[in-house]
Amino acid sequence: MTSAPLWKRILIGLVCLWGLLGSLPNLFYTQVETHNDAVAAISQAGGVGTPEQEAAAGLWPSWLPSSLMSLGLDLRGGAHLLARVELTDVYKARMDSLWPEVRDALRDIRDQVGAVRRAPSPDGVLRVTLTEPAGMSAAIAAVQALSQPVITLTGVGQSTLNITADGNDMVITLSEAEQRATDDRTMQQSLEIIRNRVDEAGTREPTIQRQGEDRILIQVPGIGSASELKGLIGTTAKLTFHPVVRTTTDAGANAGARNLLLPSREQKGLYYIVEETPVVSGDELVDAQPSFDQNNRPAVSFRFDGTGARKFGDYTAANIGAPFAIVLDGEVISAPVIQSHIAGGSGIITGSFTVEDSTELAVLLRAGALPAKMDFLEERTIGPELGADSISAGKTAAVIGLVAVAAYMIASYGMFGTFAVMALAVNLLLIIAILSAIGATLTLPGIAGIVLTMGMAVDANVLIFERVREELRAGLSPGRSLDAGFERAFSAIFDSQITGLLVAVIMFFIGSGTVRGFAVTTSIGIITSMFTAVYVTRLIIELWFGWRRPKTIVV
Amino acid sequence: MAWRLKLVPTHTKIDFFRWQVGTFGASVAAVILSLVLVMTMGLNLGIDFKGGTTIRTESTTPVDVGAMREALAGQDLNDVTITEVTDPSFRADQHVAQIRIGPRDGEEAVTPESIAVLEAALKGVDPAITFPAVESVGPKVSNELMWKAVLSVVAASVGILIYVWMRFEWQFAVGCVAALVHDVVVTVGLFSLLQLKFDLSIVAALLTILGYSVNDTVVIFDRLRENLAKYKTMPLRDMMNLTTNETLSRTIMTATTTFLSLLVLFIFGGDVIRGFVFAMLFGVVIGTYSTLYVAKNIVLFLGVDRGDKPKKSATPDEFSKVDA
Repeated sequence: MTSAPLWKRILIGLVCLWGLLGSLPNLFYTQVETHNDAVAAISQAGGVGTPEQEAAAGLWPSWLPSSLMSLGLDLRGGAHLLARVELTDVYKARMDSLWPEVRDALRDIRDQVGAVRRAPSPDGVLRVTLTEPAGMSAAIAAVQALSQPVITLTGVGQSTLNITADGNDMVITLSEAEQRATDDRTMQQSLEIIRNRVDEAGTREPTIQRQGEDRILIQVPGIGSASELKGLIGTTAKLTFHPVVRTTTDAGANAGARNLLLPSREQKGLYYIVEETPVVSGDELVDAQPSFDQNNRPAVSFRFDGTGARKFGDYTAANIGAPFAIVLDGEVISAPVIQSHIAGGSGIITGSFTVEDSTELAVLLRAGALPAKMDFLEERTIGPELGADSISAGKTAAVIGLVAVAAYMIASYGMFGTFAVMALAVNLLLIIAILSAIGATLTLPGIAGIVLTMGMAVDANVLIFERVREELRAGLSPGRSLDAGFERAFSAIFDSQITGLLVAVIMFFIGSGTVRGFAVTTSIGIITSMFTAVYVTRLIIELWFGWRRPKTIVV
Repeated sequence: MAWRLKLVPTHTKIDFFRWQVGTFGASVAAVILSLVLVMTMGLNLGIDFKGGTTIRTESTTPVDVGAMREALAGQDLNDVTITEVTDPSFRADQHVAQIRIGPRDGEEAVTPESIAVLEAALKGVDPAITFPAVESVGPKVSNELMWKAVLSVVAASVGILIYVWMRFEWQFAVGCVAALVHDVVVTVGLFSLLQLKFDLSIVAALLTILGYSVNDTVVIFDRLRENLAKYKTMPLRDMMNLTTNETLSRTIMTATTTFLSLLVLFIFGGDVIRGFVFAMLFGVVIGTYSTLYVAKNIVLFLGVDRGDKPKKSATPDEFSKVDA
């Protein structure tokens, strides 16, 4: 039997050794996990840790690999949400905040366009009626000045606004390029805010991903339920400041066009009618802190950014003596009367807060409001007990499966069966080591994939051994038969595994969630089994052959 | 000679085309029957494809399906099904049930409030009840998942068709894919007949069956290709029999190891993936059958272009002329 060159043998040996070391940490899962957490905590603290942390870090030798397979939600328990972001919400908000600017711009050219008013229009469209249609082109030019070039790679040459004339009306919408840019920003912002909120809850290894145009996948292991997770990310804390039109006690009062009827948070039965367009909104906040007012009651102090401060300053200067409403999530927290011009852009919100209330509100305000509403398309909760049951079932199945396949292989091929089983064991170690190294997530179907791989991985060995048997029957010497067996079986092994891999890859790209876990383990299993069944088995047989120099062999 | 476990004798001379009409006819009948079943009885679609909510309950007291149904009756829910789940791995005092609720009109995922109401109603029946898993999928996502599932099976079949075509001849590719379609359709038919839950994981199982069946078929084709070069004058039918007999031991061996590991999973892997494993278990059997009795028949029917040999004897019909 021809033997492989030394470098090749060493390389195969090294890969096997890596498989052993790389899969080792998973045998001591909790220990290594504690070690990893402690190491992360210490490095975050600048290299110095508490004695407990140092002790935890010492649980696992630092020179050994310490990557673990991460366990999927179905094994660890946790919550999974698929949310759709209502992107057009933002178009509406943009148009609503554009209206005061348009009104001011047109007021400057009143002699040409006459009086203007906002006409009813669908969300995301601003329709302005001019009393002097003759001034339409001047009006369009004036609004055009508010439009800016879109700064994106694809939207070169486009400006933010689309302005057209429709009879006496001027119709303003966001341009397509700007809509796309806005969508992107909205998604980025939403992702960022969700990430902040989930991180603030201190859960480990959450997955927060954008999926497609308008979807966000949120997976948080260890959280009690999907409702809890929704509560965590869905709290909007949208803070806005509106001019007050009047107050009423009638819950069914007609607020009038472009006004909102909002309940008071403090007094039951009291309602405020406020202008729909806010003067400033929470997006323009740069800071919010819990504090106390002059009467030592809990309050939240806040500060606006540049534009927010200017708008707030202008408004307060022009409306001294008028009340304005501080609105949080659709409720009026308070409606103080403006005492003086508030320059500098900072202020304080009072209400009958407890200290906890004010602290929580400050946190929510700092984290920022979600820019748009979210619908939940899919939600799943898996309890930790079910996950633990699944892990133990998976372990049992894997061990029994391995024993059954091993017994069958040895019964069928004797010593060569034992070689195949050794290769199979290396295969398992390699699968686990690769899963750990690339940080893949192990799911219950993933475990099924590993068990299935054990059954199918020996296929390559079966092909080789059957071929060797045939060559022996044809009268070839043992060494020549072994060589020929490996050589001639290879094309069948290659073709059949490639098609298997093709299917697994398609499954990975089209499948979702747990199915992906299955696709990952089976495709890794196919690749490693080709390596172990062909190279590792061959190396073992070569070593054995070189040692015993048998005159006859029985496969 | 040392003792060896042998499921297949060393030399076999089975004529796989002897009952050609019967076996191939049975396959065609099974495919047609499966299609009819799916069309008339439909599939027991899981929430992945139909939308809705499933709640897994666990308690220390036995499941009382009637009382649960009564408790949920007043809640204005669409088609509620409650099934008790049993598994050998459960503890003696572990009683599990699966509740499935259809999607509500105009609602994407079920709101946490309505789930809380349901959970409270069930707690009224059995105070010890817990809810280890609650899953809810909206109609929008379930429609997409359905399309993705169909698309993935089609994409995998086309991918295999192209690969086998590139590596072998087009007749082999057609034979291979016909066998795959046969396997998938009959498996889906079985799920329809038994009204087993058909969800995303079953589609993954179907794809695995595709992979397994093509693996099996390709091994025989590979040997056939080798024999085609070796025995230039042997009639195609005899050569296929020779090839299949030569590789039969391997076919049965691999089917057995795969079946064995799946059987272990079926028994010990827990109830969560039992449907998934069942589909694959059946797939190994049907995949092996189709390798032996479907794929080759199609290739024989289409004929193979053998170049230096007069076409008449090897290619029984005019289809072979298409391959110019």
